[in-house]
Amino acid sequence: MNFLFEIKEGLRIAFYAIRANKMRSVLTTLGIVIGIVSVTMMATAIEGVDRKFQESASAFGANVLYVQKFPWVGHEDWSIYRNRRDIPLKVAEDIEQHATMVEAVAANVITVRPTQFEERNMKNAFITGTTDQYIYASGTNVSDGRFLSQEESNGGRPVCVIGANVVENLFPNQDPIGKFVKVGSLPYQIIGVLEKQGGLFGIFTSDNRVYIPLKSFMNQFGSKRDVTINIAAKKGADIEDVKEELRGIIRKSRGLKPSDADDFNLNEQELLVTTFSGFTAVIAAVGFFITGLSLFVGGIGIMNIMFVSVTERTKEIGIRKAIGAKRRTILIQFLIESSIICLLGGLLGLIISYPLSLLADKILPTAMPLSIVGIAIIISLVVGVVSGFLPAYRASRLNPVDALRYE
Amino acid sequence: MEIIKLQQIKKYYDMGGAEEVHALRGVDVNIGQNEYVAIMGPSGSGKSTLMNIIGCLDTPTTGLYEFNKVNVSDMNDDQLAKIRNKEIGFVFQTFNLLARSNALHNVELPLIYAGINKSERRKLAMQALEQVGLADRVMHKPNELSGGQRQRVAIARALVTSPSIILADEPTGNLDTKTGDEIMVLFEEIHKKGNTIILVTHEEYIAEHAKRIIRLRDGLVEIDEHVKRRKIMNGE
Ligand SMILES: Nc1ncnc2c1ncn2[C@@H]1O[C@H](COP(=O)(O)OP(=O)(O)O)[C@@H](O)[C@H]1O
Ligand SMILES: [Mg+2]
Repeated sequence: MNFLFEIKEGLRIAFYAIRANKMRSVLTTLGIVIGIVSVTMMATAIEGVDRKFQESASAFGANVLYVQKFPWVGHEDWSIYRNRRDIPLKVAEDIEQHATMVEAVAANVITVRPTQFEERNMKNAFITGTTDQYIYASGTNVSDGRFLSQEESNGGRPVCVIGANVVENLFPNQDPIGKFVKVGSLPYQIIGVLEKQGGLFGIFTSDNRVYIPLKSFMNQFGSKRDVTINIAAKKGADIEDVKEELRGIIRKSRGLKPSDADDFNLNEQELLVTTFSGFTAVIAAVGFFITGLSLFVGGIGIMNIMFVSVTERTKEIGIRKAIGAKRRTILIQFLIESSIICLLGGLLGLIISYPLSLLADKILPTAMPLSIVGIAIIISLVVGVVSGFLPAYRASRLNPVDALRYE
Repeated sequence: MEIIKLQQIKKYYDMGGAEEVHALRGVDVNIGQNEYVAIMGPSGSGKSTLMNIIGCLDTPTTGLYEFNKVNVSDMNDDQLAKIRNKEIGFVFQTFNLLARSNALHNVELPLIYAGINKSERRKLAMQALEQVGLADRVMHKPNELSGGQRQRVAIARALVTSPSIILADEPTGNLDTKTGDEIMVLFEEIHKKGNTIILVTHEEYIAEHAKRIIRLRDGLVEIDEHVKRRKIMNGE
């Protein structure tokens, strides 16, 4: 009961003191405001990058393995990978025949060729030859029309499915379905359009691609090519088991001896996510260190002004002690004051951050994480209590007679 | 019954180095229930120092101090704060009100520290302000009140916890004679109600309101006498 009244009185005093010294309080709390704004913006930016990344990574498809010469995240000298033998189509066929835990296998090859529609030309479209299975073994989705059928794929028909950027470039204001585009020198009829993927990995997404049947691709551009094999694992299958089985099949297909190391990689989305998380953690650590510094400086400002406040109010402290305020009472009073100043700074920081985060949203889709509100409030309170403690402690130890005599 | 018992109270101030100020050099005083005592003496004789010790604002360097039969000489800060809050009402020469708070809140403050709930607090504070004749000024801040009115607020604050003693250090020192007399009337009333009052003054005519005068000189009790021709004032 007693304690509660003391806190209420402390709050009352704090508000009087802050109101009486508005300008000073505002200037004092500026350090905290800046600190909280930077914490908040930091969290918002990380949230944005994270979202962007999640979205980007999903373009690779969950549970999809990519058999390739190169790893997505390499740890060794790049020349080791470059000197590996190409992965021939035969590997895909062997996987199709022997793998028991896979749902879809889609070999694909890629080349860059100009693609034209009437007067419009896209110089750097990624021409991808693949099979009808590709749609089940990737992160792409059809938005209009359909993907390659089995017949078209097996028969090497002159049809294609195009990505969102290709549509934007070649068909700015008409429906592409049914139209013919010239890929290299041959015409292909468009049967489907893919959903836009966007994301950080522009060239790896389907957006700039033109998908044609693998057979057509090889006829037109040659068959001696390094292929990528997309493999969708069966639902519920343990991905590690799937990988183990695939490794066996691929090693056999490539005639590796038991003592040989793998000369291929099984890439997956997960790999990127793990690498990226490590990356954001470093950004966050550096960012929060810098913000921590600004909060520290802000805290010193608060401490300084609280010392001034204690000195200015020495007489008041004496009066309060003379009529029965305990040490604890005075300590609490000044701690509340510094906490309130910081809390106001924190709230002000949040109020400033919100429109800034909306602005940031325009550049990088993001949102101020709700948890940051709680974090900002806790941080400001902690700074308030920590930086107010020394001045408050000094106030609480004042001798009442000396304090009363102070002019 | 004795409320205050001081035995060989000494207070030295260390001025650094070998220098020492002997503010009190062995004071023996007993003060009983419902006494009205004036402490007199020239400036620097130790009146305020003695008052601060009696009021538990300060502790003696050596000596025994019993307050209501309890030894307070070696109590800690918080125990002393509790006694100041519950048993002692201070009235200072310079009023010592909180400048930013109105009269009501100033009077309520000791009750807040005593942990008394809001409605009870209001009631007691209003009663005390009425008793000093300020019922119509409760919302005024100190700078909106005259010197006499400020001192009345301070007296209301001293009375509100129903303390065992009221300590007043030169309460009329900053007031003109007429206002000072009004304050002395108030003390007379408080005394009649059964309160114990200890008053520090260096003015003979103020001291004559009391029943007993303790005269200090150089930190020692010089004379401890009963007032023969006591001046009793009433409202008129
Ligand atoms: N805090 C202090 N430090 C040093 N000397 C003090 C202190 N307080 C009082 N004194 C000295 O003690 C003596 C008594 O002071 P005080 O009790 O204030 O006298 P009075 O109230 O009778 O005028 C004086 O000489 C004064 O200078
Ligand atoms: Mg004095």
